[in-house]
Parts: sequence; structure tokens; C-alpha cells
Amino acid sequence: MKFVENVKADVTTDIVYMMCPMHLLKLEEQMKELDTGQILEIMTDYDGALEDIPAWCEKTGNEFLGMEDSGDFFKFYIKKTAR
Amino acid sequence: MRKCYFDHVATNPLHPAVLEAMMPFFDKEFGNPLSVYEYGSSAKKAIEDARAKVAGLIQAKPQEIVFTASGAEANNFALRGIALAKQNEGKHILVSRMEHHSILNSARFLEKSGFAVTYLPVDKKGFVDPDTVRKAITKETILISVIHASSEVGTIEPIKEIVKVAKEKKIIVHTDAVATTGNIPIDVKDLGVDLLSMAAHQFYGPKGAGGLYVRQGLRIVPLIYGGIQESGRRAGTENVPAIVGMGKAAELAGAEMQARAEYLQQKRDRIIDAMAKLENVYLTGDREKRLPGHASFCAEFIEGEAMLLLLAAKGIFAASGSACSSKALKSSPVLLSMGIPSGLAQGSIVFSLGTGNTDEDIEYLLNEFPAVITRLREISPYAKGWGDKEEGGECTVTK
Repeated sequence: MKFVENVKADVTTDIVYMMCPMHLLKLEEQMKELDTGQILEIMTDYDGALEDIPAWCEKTGNEFLGMEDSGDFFKFYIKKTAR
Repeated sequence: MRKCYFDHVATNPLHPAVLEAMMPFFDKEFGNPLSVYEYGSSAKKAIEDARAKVAGLIQAKPQEIVFTASGAEANNFALRGIALAKQNEGKHILVSRMEHHSILNSARFLEKSGFAVTYLPVDKKGFVDPDTVRKAITKETILISVIHASSEVGTIEPIKEIVKVAKEKKIIVHTDAVATTGNIPIDVKDLGVDLLSMAAHQFYGPKGAGGLYVRQGLRIVPLIYGGIQESGRRAGTENVPAIVGMGKAAELAGAEMQARAEYLQQKRDRIIDAMAKLENVYLTGDREKRLPGHASFCAEFIEGEAMLLLLAAKGIFAASGSACSSKALKSSPVLLSMGIPSGLAQGSIVFSLGTGNTDEDIEYLLNEFPAVITRLREISPYAKGWGDKEEGGECTVTK
């Protein structure tokens, strides 16, 4: 896993405590709203996201910048590179 | 025989337009809202329309409404969901002694799970004093839950003032607005609460639909795990007909609120004024700051249950204390918390009015009630006083 610090996101979405697979649904929904080059931050406490979010980026051709573990939840950073 | 239903805090009949709106969803519109084909998408659209209408009733955003199956579920969800989400910041919760059992029993569950709970006292009219709240707050306090209005005594609590105290310390505030939503104007932004519970059957909607307002940005741990219904906050295939009914009921309540309240208030005041003339019958709760259709009393030297039976024999249907305390034949904890002596609290009677009640119904009640009291006092062993059963203390109800 790639860890990052102090990434400046353009859009943040907080889905802490929301059930799986909200992390994928919100990710897809939010990425549609972003312009190419913009960065999305997703906050979630769901462990499955550790695998799913990088895999989703791989599949869709978006860039997975990395994650930050803030103790209670994770922050994932994704840069929109695909159209 | 005339039948007069005066127990609208127990439940309300469905508004005919609500039933009409619900019907297709028992029949042709049977789809699961999560399905991607047209049966699903029309059910999904119906739910989202209902969400917008419910949000509109309390001036919230649609995404701030989570549908539940009842007001009790909304209360459980609020208390347990916030306690678990905030437990790293503190483990102390404040609830008032006026709360419904869905709050009190959730609080007791949390106590067993390692949280500390302070039960806030109320004054003789059932008001929670914001200053009492201030004094009860500790560094550990994460949540305050105070009912918007008690269905037992009708007193409307000073929620806005309590929120002000809470916000000085950045504490989350929940209010159980089951008795008030759809019956008096509510603006969640003006009240300032973070969470608010409601139930459709309290405003002429169906049973089986309730909701929790969760302020945008607030994290809450789910009560029911499963699929991603309600944005992953409340699992379970939606009760689509009931939710549609709740939406329609909310729309109607919003449009007719003032007219309904004026209609009920005039009848309520007539009952309260007439009861004031009866000997040893006392109004419970506040005279002014109370639910529009709510008239509650304690009659001395009689048991509420006996009043209910004799009234029911005359086609008059009312309540005594909360539903569960009347079943358990014990004094209502809400009345006791207001300092009403246990003996007097046994004689509790609640008339809660609805739009179906007419002036003739009120006339009938006021004609029949004094005779019920007289008859019961004739056979009451306590008619000459409580004797050694007297709990002592000053009588704290208002004439």
C-alpha cells in the first residue's frame, strides 16, 4: 500500500460508518463530477476499501495516489486521469 | 352509540389521500428500489419524492433524512449510533426524565455497555431547564437527548435554548419529535438540533414508517447492517408503500398545519376549561406551551385504568399515562418525575384530539366525564383521602 501525507484534495466525501459497498458507489458518483486532474479524498472506516479502491482505480484507469490512516478511519486519494 | 376517538397520541387514522397514494405500491409498483430495471427505478423515485416531502416538512435537505420503520427505531438509531460514533471523544450522555421508553431503554443499554448516563430532572410542568443541562455537562459529554414534546403531558420543551447550551461545548443534540412532527411547525436549522426522530402515523400517515433527520456531515454508526439502502445507513428492503404514505402525509401536514392546529386548539381549550371546574381534577403539563390537541389530567382518588374502562363503555376512547405504564398498571415515570405523588399519578387521563373530532364529540365527552368521576369516587376506597398510602409532598399539578 502506498501511504501519502498532506495531499490537497479538490473534493472530499465522508462515508465513515456507511455500509459496504458505499465506498465504490460514492467513488464512482464523485469521480463523474470531477474534472480531469482533480483529486478526490474519500474517508471511510471500511477495511475492504484497502483492496477495492486501488483495484477500482486500476480497472478504470484513474490514478491511485495513496492513503492515510488517521486511526479511526482511512483517507484515500484518487486523481482523475481517465475521461 | 357515539364513538369518540381521543387517543391520537397512540396513533392516528390514515388520511384518505395517503391511502390512495400508497395503494399502487401494494399492487403494480412492487419493485425493489435497488433493482436497476424499471420496476426498481419507479420505486426508487417514489422513495426519493417522499424523502423530499418529509425533508420539506422540517426544513431539512432530502439527503439528511434516513427512513426507519418507526419512531422508536429512529430513537434507538440516534442514541446508539451517535454514542458509538463519538465514544472516543467521551462516554457521557444526558437524557431527560420525560423521554419515551425507546430513549430511556436505549440509554440503559448504553449504561450496561460502559457509557455513563445522567437523567435530567424536570420541573412540575415537565420542562427541562437549560441551566440544569448546563450543570450536568461534563468534559466527557458527547450527546444530549431531550424530547420535543411529551405525548403524556403535552409540554413542549425549550429545545432551542438547550441547543444553545450544548453548542457552547460542541455537544451533539437529538430530539424525539415523534409527537410534534407534522403537528407543530419545525425548522431543524432554527431549532439547531443535529438529529430529530419522527413517525408517520403521528401525522395521519401509516404505521411502519419513521425517520431520523441526521444533520449533513454528522457521522452515525448504523443500527441495522446489510445492504446500501438509505445511503448505507439503514439496511433492509424499504417499506415502499409506507414511505410513500409518509411522504404524502408530510406534504398534507405541511399544507394544513395551521388550520389543523387552530381546529384542535379550540377543542383542547374547551376541554381544559371545563375540566378546571371539576373538583380534584388537575391539568398536567403546561397550559400554553403544549401540543395543540393535547389535554391531560390527573383525577384524584381514582385509577386511570378504571376511567378508561367506564369511558370506553360510553364509546369514549382515551389513554392513561404511557401505553406501557397503563398496561403494567403502575404510575407513569413521567408524571412521577414531575413531582406528582404516586397516588395522584395513578389517576392520569389523556385526551389527544385529531382532525376527525367534532364539537359534538367534545360536548359528549364533557357531558359524560363528570358522571364517570362521581361513580368511581363513590366506590373508591381512597375517596376520603389516601390515608397511609399518601406519598407525601406538595401537590405539584396546576389547577
